[in-house]
Amino acid sequence: MEFNQQLYKKRRRSNAIGLTLSLGAMALGLFVLLWILSVLLSNGFAALDWNMFTQSTPAPGSDGGGLANAIVGSLLMVGFTVLVSTPIGVLAGVYLAEYGDQSKTAELTRFVTDIMLSAPSIVLGLFVYAIAVATVGNFSGWAGSLALSLIAVPVVVRTTENMLRLVPGSLREAAFALGAPRWKVSTMVTLRAARSGVMTGLLLAVARISGETAPLLFTALNNQFFSTNMNAPMANLPVVIFQFALSPYENWVRLAWGGALLITLSVLILNVVARVFLREKSRV
Amino acid sequence: MSVGTTMSSQPVSVKTTDAPTPSMVSIAKRQRLQDIVFHRLTQSLSLLVLVALLGIIVSLFIYAWPAFHKFGIQFIWRAEWDIINEEFGAAIAIVGTLASAGIALLIAVPLAFGIALFLTETCPVWLRRPLGTAVELLAAVPSIIYGMFGLFVFAPLFADHFQVPVQKLLGSMPLIGFLFGGSTNGFGILAAGIVLAFMVLPFVAAVMRDVFEIVPPILRESAYGLGCTTWEVVRRVVLPYTQKGVIGGVMLGLGRALGETMAVTFVIGNANRMPTSLFSPGTSIASTLANEFGEAADFHLSTLFALGFLLFVITFVVLSAAKIMLLRAEKAKGL
Repeated sequence: MEFNQQLYKKRRRSNAIGLTLSLGAMALGLFVLLWILSVLLSNGFAALDWNMFTQSTPAPGSDGGGLANAIVGSLLMVGFTVLVSTPIGVLAGVYLAEYGDQSKTAELTRFVTDIMLSAPSIVLGLFVYAIAVATVGNFSGWAGSLALSLIAVPVVVRTTENMLRLVPGSLREAAFALGAPRWKVSTMVTLRAARSGVMTGLLLAVARISGETAPLLFTALNNQFFSTNMNAPMANLPVVIFQFALSPYENWVRLAWGGALLITLSVLILNVVARVFLREKSRV
Repeated sequence: MSVGTTMSSQPVSVKTTDAPTPSMVSIAKRQRLQDIVFHRLTQSLSLLVLVALLGIIVSLFIYAWPAFHKFGIQFIWRAEWDIINEEFGAAIAIVGTLASAGIALLIAVPLAFGIALFLTETCPVWLRRPLGTAVELLAAVPSIIYGMFGLFVFAPLFADHFQVPVQKLLGSMPLIGFLFGGSTNGFGILAAGIVLAFMVLPFVAAVMRDVFEIVPPILRESAYGLGCTTWEVVRRVVLPYTQKGVIGGVMLGLGRALGETMAVTFVIGNANRMPTSLFSPGTSIASTLANEFGEAADFHLSTLFALGFLLFVITFVVLSAAKIMLLRAEKAKGL
């Protein structure tokens, strides 16, 4: 057989073109994403000052002001969300991993959980408005927390289940052989073995909800003043950023960038910490 | 089994020591009860997710009922959004949603494919981990950041360096000229699509990379061994093998893009008119909700719930399809 020089050249050419395009895609992606981060960092750090943490959001047209009420509101709502969704998510994850191996309902639950992971968050906000705002008659921090829980629980459920599945079966069998009842095996052996993985799931859930804006628009709304009353509308960073970024006031826009920087940094830090947790787990 | 038979043939003395004492029985009973309680408790908590899904569908539908009742199924294709005269139709918002998400995928999918190819095939090994982590971290950046970037940085640049020259060049061309008509202020369907593209890009790229990695090394190596180029390995071995997973990943990205609120609201222009060109301002379902819900009351509110219901149904279908595709891809991995 004769060596087909032409075909060889053609193949090499298309290979070179394909790989160059792929390199270009990577470069373009990285460039745009670094660009976004650099814009965020330069605008955010320019806006960062001490007043941001000590003063509440300014009234329209007035100078200065800070984000203290929004930071506290966000922390409160995220905190309550974690308190509610940790037990629910972890125990539901335990069920899926330990009991619901083959059953149809477990399959269905897994499927629906995965869909809820990517469901449009604004629709979850609508739902919470319907059940917790329209019925009560006012916007509240509780409603905001509930909306965030709807996003956090699926994240916790799925990571918990995946992490429990990584626990070797011999560990379970050893515990059963000692005569431990099933619930003790689940909570004191497998869950403990998967502890760092479950922590990772929690951190990722917190990271996911702390940047969510859409579900809070119709639930927690916003509050111009400092308030820790969960029964009343509550200021929170994402909604403040949304309103201030679109406003005509210069100091509002500045605060929006500052808030955006705070949110992004905390989300990124949470993600990095979660990854470190997971790496330590895989090393053991 | 063998243990059981030897046990039963043991002398009587062993049997008596094995005989359950009353305290052992009570412990066993208690543990059995605790087990049942634990089982049912965790089961009911896991069913909460299903309850939430049903609750969402039912409550949205109940609140949307006045709008569906008045306009019927026509609500979906009526191209009207007149708050004062209470004439509503979802067509404008649906077109905006589909158009912006479609543009986003047209841009993001090839780029994500390139990135996944680079990360799995050509990237030097020491760079793989940091670059992969960077992609995953960027998928976690809150969408409102992309929105702000679009509003303050992208839109002005887009207007001056893309819209104006492109309109000059192509605006008067027959057949396709109309696509580039309208104002060139940087906001509109195309701008929203581009911002959305870069928001879903890290997400789709991360899924695609994960899917590419499930290809058994032996397949890749055999192809290389036959003398395939890298490009041929990817085109003819990796891609066919991971087809379902790739489609699933793309549809997952589509689901995200359809339901995204913040990245879109900042740049789409928020006009309740049917978009006539790629540059004309429009609105998506999510951004209509974000903009109007605060001031809505009564019937208007009900139409917004109807929009939310439609959005949920659309994304539910897309995400289910994505999930089924990904599950099938996972099964293929077991072969």
